[in-house]
Amino acid sequence: MLKPGEFYQRNRERHPPALTRDYKTSVSRSPQYSLISLQNSVSETTGPVFGHNDLDPMDRDLIYNYAQPGESAIGERIILHGRILDENARPIPNTLVEIWQANAGGRYRHKKDTYLAPIDPNFGGCGRTLTDENGYYYFRTVKPGAYPWRNWVNNWRPAHIHMSIFGTAFCQRLITQCYFEGDPLIPECPIVKTIPDPGAIEQLIAKLDMNATIPLDTIAYKFDVILRGRRSTLFENRLEGN
Amino acid sequence: MPQKLDYLAETPSQTAGPYVHIGLAPGAAGFDIYRQELGWDITGPHAKGERIRVEGIVMDGTGSPVKDVMLEVWQANADGHYAHPEGGGNVEDGFRGWGRVITDFETGEWGFDTVKPGSTVGRDASHQAPHLNLWIVARGINIGLNTRLYFEDEPEANAKDPVLNLIEWERRRATLLAKKTERDGKTVYRFDIKLQGEDETVFFDV
Repeated sequence: MLKPGEFYQRNRERHPPALTRDYKTSVSRSPQYSLISLQNSVSETTGPVFGHNDLDPMDRDLIYNYAQPGESAIGERIILHGRILDENARPIPNTLVEIWQANAGGRYRHKKDTYLAPIDPNFGGCGRTLTDENGYYYFRTVKPGAYPWRNWVNNWRPAHIHMSIFGTAFCQRLITQCYFEGDPLIPECPIVKTIPDPGAIEQLIAKLDMNATIPLDTIAYKFDVILRGRRSTLFENRLEGN
Repeated sequence: MPQKLDYLAETPSQTAGPYVHIGLAPGAAGFDIYRQELGWDITGPHAKGERIRVEGIVMDGTGSPVKDVMLEVWQANADGHYAHPEGGGNVEDGFRGWGRVITDFETGEWGFDTVKPGSTVGRDASHQAPHLNLWIVARGINIGLNTRLYFEDEPEANAKDPVLNLIEWERRRATLLAKKTERDGKTVYRFDIKLQGEDETVFFDV
């Protein structure tokens, strides 16, 4: 049996470390011992597979997926689109992408969120889709509002959309946040600043995309996500690997 | 000057935050939106093997339960096959082997029903003892934590497991063993996870 390719080691220096004192919640929730490094086994190189039966096409449209008939979510209408690629720049097709976010006022539809901004009755705040055969995905939603949070007394989260991506293997599992180009709160945010590398922070900022914007309708941002790369399976007709 | 390698870099992780449920388990956030939420049935109806329940709590460094955590489970079926093209073999109809676990917001307790997995193939044709792969995200966790749950009633397989044996601090291996109990004739495994402090759970860089 040919040995399947393993995933490249995760570069932990681009990720936030577990303990980041200025993001206070991490102080008591961060492991103190080193992680035990594990080479890949089938437990890491496999992962759940999803199909079109798992979701509905409408799930990706947050403007309408929770709205009453004839209504729509309030706020600046945006398209969020991009590609899911691996570190070899190969597209990851048919992978599940899930997002969640606050509404245009900065309030989440969550029983634990008590911020004084109003709930939008026509906005749930979550969506999901599968990437197409070339790794492309898109959502339609409203731009989330900034909101204050309890860390230091006067911390505000920049506008952001949470994103969860699977890839093809459990070791590629990733949750991240997408920020928006030009937001002055980005460099102020203790959660953004958990990432030590300024170049890595740039990678979390979606760029305004006028080409994908629908004139007189919906503005667009482009956000590509890179998951871990993998050495190729050695095929008999491609012994060189990658 | 040397040539460029031109690999892309993995997108950095950010915390899932306190409202992870909105995206991944909206019912827990307090509203229904999708035709079906994902991850609530790990095994499907046709799975072979012993039906078990797993319960636990995630604790922080102060000994307090983490009440907003979300765990994902990834496991093989009773034959040791994962539901994946490279998973080692066929699985039963409807067996996905993947689940999402949400804590009770008041107590921090969580639990899920599944089947006990079989041994899986490890590296270099070794055998891995039956185990569940867990991935933990929450507010304050900057990058998801990977760990494994092994079963304390598999002492022989555990003693030979290549991953458990990799843990140099032998007394820390016990943090990965789920304790077997019985309730109403059903097997329940208890697995408490400690993010920090005495008996901190072993987490892996996979």
